[in-house]
Amino acid sequence: MVSLQVRQVYFSYFDGLVLHNINLSIKAGEMVGLIGPNGSGKTTLIKLASGILKPNQGEIRLDGSRLTQLSRKSIACSVAVVPQHFHIPFAFTASEVVALGRIPFLKPFAEESEVDKQFVSSALELVGISELKERRFDELSGGERQKVILAMALAQQPKLLLLDEPIVHLDIAHQVEILELVRSLNVEWGLTVIAAMHDLNLAALYFDRLVLLKEGRVSADGVPAQVLTEARIREVFSASVRVEPHPITGVPHIVIMPRASNIKQ
Amino acid sequence: MLVKLRHSNRLVLILLLLGGGLVALLLLASAFGAVTIPLPDILKMALNKVAVFDFPFTWRAVDETIIFQIRLPRVVGGALVGAALATAGVLFQGLLRNPMADPYIIGTSAGAALGATIAMTLPINLAFLGFGLVPVAAFIGALATVILVYNLARVGGKTPIISMLLAGFVVSALLAAVMAFMISMSNRFDLNLHSVYSFLMGHISITSWGQIAIIAPLVIGGIIGARFFAFHLNAFSLGEEGAAYVGIEVERDKILILALGSLLTAAAVSISGLVGFVGLVVPHAVRLSLGPDHRFLLPASALAGAAFLVIADLLARTLLAPVEIPVGVITAIVGAPVFIYLLRHARREYAF
Repeated sequence: MVSLQVRQVYFSYFDGLVLHNINLSIKAGEMVGLIGPNGSGKTTLIKLASGILKPNQGEIRLDGSRLTQLSRKSIACSVAVVPQHFHIPFAFTASEVVALGRIPFLKPFAEESEVDKQFVSSALELVGISELKERRFDELSGGERQKVILAMALAQQPKLLLLDEPIVHLDIAHQVEILELVRSLNVEWGLTVIAAMHDLNLAALYFDRLVLLKEGRVSADGVPAQVLTEARIREVFSASVRVEPHPITGVPHIVIMPRASNIKQ
Repeated sequence: MLVKLRHSNRLVLILLLLGGGLVALLLLASAFGAVTIPLPDILKMALNKVAVFDFPFTWRAVDETIIFQIRLPRVVGGALVGAALATAGVLFQGLLRNPMADPYIIGTSAGAALGATIAMTLPINLAFLGFGLVPVAAFIGALATVILVYNLARVGGKTPIISMLLAGFVVSALLAAVMAFMISMSNRFDLNLHSVYSFLMGHISITSWGQIAIIAPLVIGGIIGARFFAFHLNAFSLGEEGAAYVGIEVERDKILILALGSLLTAAAVSISGLVGFVGLVVPHAVRLSLGPDHRFLLPASALAGAAFLVIADLLARTLLAPVEIPVGVITAIVGAPVFIYLLRHARREYAF
């Protein structure tokens, strides 16, 4: 289990500031959802946390070590990332893709050990896609592909899992399946999870803590009930909604309100 | 029997077969030329040379000279060119994630061609480690162009692949224009057009073991170096970000892979001119039949590329003998239909 400290982080691409004085302390074993409108900086924050972007100011520490001082290899041995999707131009099979997750642990010229192969097959099993392993990655459906990518991340045996809108292209069954799995890994393994999420209802259902970003700043940070209030959603998303307790779990459930003229009978 | 072997063992067996086949092919290709020397004689000569056997001389002394001093250096030179180009093709296709990439994609061909053309206009006749001015200039031209392209494509500490492809295209166009100008002014520059075309169409110009002694370590070292990056190349198929997520130092390894690919290409171009199609078709053929894992793709492509070019060069020098067909013409005529067949019948075709 690892913790992540984000201290006074500023980040900009070529034009304009994307993140502004971000401070977050994420404890080992937490499951944190990053929410906010398009362009609010969720993806950028995930990329900073994975170390592939570097802050202009401030620092990010992974278990106390500055991310900028760790090699990619040592980061990859404890942090795995699931992006929205991968395009793989060559005809790898699903299990070959999952085996890519073992690369940080391999020496050049060495073969994968039995241990590596074990991690690959248990990752496939965990995600429930053992029967896909000989199939070609590019012939799988979007949902299956995303599961393969998740299995690849799990083959890395990560202690921190970063997900960048991992379910955004998937149907509702696959969305729930993937979130259920991530949640159970969080509970059973103590895997620390940080995920950028678009769907506020799913975020409220599966995450203990939500961080709401608005224009590159943290606008709210807390349990879903504190973060997802009608007033705040109206302010941050400029959307008119009603928030009601989920009928079973009691977490906030957002009901979208169409304009009066568009309400169908 | 093949079916019972584990997948990786099967692939190792294929590599061994390819290696053995290549050695046999080198001897076979040496048999043909202006005089045909019987293959059993060549075998005996070769076995005598490695000093394990002591067969009686049943052949003329001149035959032995022809085989060892003339034909074998050329055949081995062809094998080195093929291996280098095919390996460079795998490196560039894997790094750029572009199945259309070939060893010449980021400007090596244009740079080498211009370097060679300039050298041909110079009235000096230097020899450098057994090489004339033209191969040395081609080698330098190829590497200098890649360095230029790489630096042009560099933005804010990174070298995005798309800007590298664009810079390669533009620089190639510019250098090609300069060369076209020189060709059009060939009288003024005292340029022998036949030599220029011979370079552009490809011609294995190895005449001695001394040249092999320089090129072979470059090529073999380059192939071993490429194999070192097999995992990195597998990771690069996830894209640059994806590669970073599985622990690859993307910018550093990109430079190293580019440098290796360019060095291999420059080595090949310096002794053969521009031989097309090998670097494109061989990696594809091997990927289609063995799969995309670079641990096997790299050595198998090197061996297959060597074999392909030895056969092409054999055809080039024997089909219309004593006239020699440019080897690049043969690689294209043989390579294109093979490529089309593979694309239409392969088990593991491409994801476009």
